[in-house]
Amino acid sequence: MIYQTDMYEGVLAETITMTGANGDQINAYFARPLGPGPFPAMVLAHHMPGWDEWYREATFRFAHHGYATLSPNLYFRAGHGTPEDVAAKVRADGGLQDDQAVGDLAGAMHYLRALPYVNGKVGVFGTCSGGRHAYLTACRAPGFNAIVDCWGGGVVMGKDQLSANSPVAPIEYTKDLACPVLGLFGEEDGHPTPEQVKQHEAELKKHDKNYEFHMYPEAGHGFFYYHRPMYRQAQAVDGWQKIFAFLEKYLSISA
Amino acid sequence: MCTMIVEKVKVDGSGKGVSGWFALQQANVSYDHPFDAPLEHALNIDFVNESRGPSARVAVELSERAARELVRTILSVLDKAEAGGHLA
Repeated sequence: MIYQTDMYEGVLAETITMTGANGDQINAYFARPLGPGPFPAMVLAHHMPGWDEWYREATFRFAHHGYATLSPNLYFRAGHGTPEDVAAKVRADGGLQDDQAVGDLAGAMHYLRALPYVNGKVGVFGTCSGGRHAYLTACRAPGFNAIVDCWGGGVVMGKDQLSANSPVAPIEYTKDLACPVLGLFGEEDGHPTPEQVKQHEAELKKHDKNYEFHMYPEAGHGFFYYHRPMYRQAQAVDGWQKIFAFLEKYLSISA
Repeated sequence: MCTMIVEKVKVDGSGKGVSGWFALQQANVSYDHPFDAPLEHALNIDFVNESRGPSARVAVELSERAARELVRTILSVLDKAEAGGHLA
């Protein structure tokens, strides 16, 4: 629904505790529209630079658009400090374990679905490594109704890139994906390259999945990040419009 | 997305973080997304002391050219110090 100036609106946003992978209690940023609902819900998988201000703003943004939205602190186990300091520690340790990220994001889905004002539909969104984790989770954890992968690099991985943290390339799980996927990518991105996006798309097509991929010209990695030089205004505006149109289609009560 | 190219090296010395000086244990050297430098990827060095938690960190984010020049400069200075008989 397009906002009109005589409408009431309100959002409650706060830090909460939720159950993540292995039953661990982790913190998460939760934002939801005020009112009885029912609201669709979104899980946000933050990017490599961490559980940072951009992600808390994105959490609020989805709530502002009508989604009960939960962004788990995927770096919780690395300890506490500024988001950058914590992310630097995770970077030094070679990134997250895929299994742990999947467990945390699936935990967020279960948290949301149990809420009385959620309509039962839950999507997952992520950018950069978060796009990769979102895709991996949508494939491996049953129950998501839509996934938005923004420039998730490392969905396609060579054998030399596999590690103890990431033992299987996410593309290998494509056959198990049970929900529609929206992918937004930039032509000038090196991670993923346009060629890797084509490989990903071919795998989705091969398994007859419901997908919608958009490749933006004159955009590279992270073109939504208004605080970074890679920001591309027109592509970002169009990308956000595509995201909310996609989610309206698959997560609304009538979907 | 993240390159995950990182190496760790033990170091001796001190670093000055937001809470003042602290003893360094380790430097984490990566080529990955910087947090602040206006580059998609940078040569990042985090001088840390993990026993003091994630906040015990002194960070620099350098372009590839700057990083290589810094390496050359450090070695040059050490060579001069050695030639001058200043290294114990």
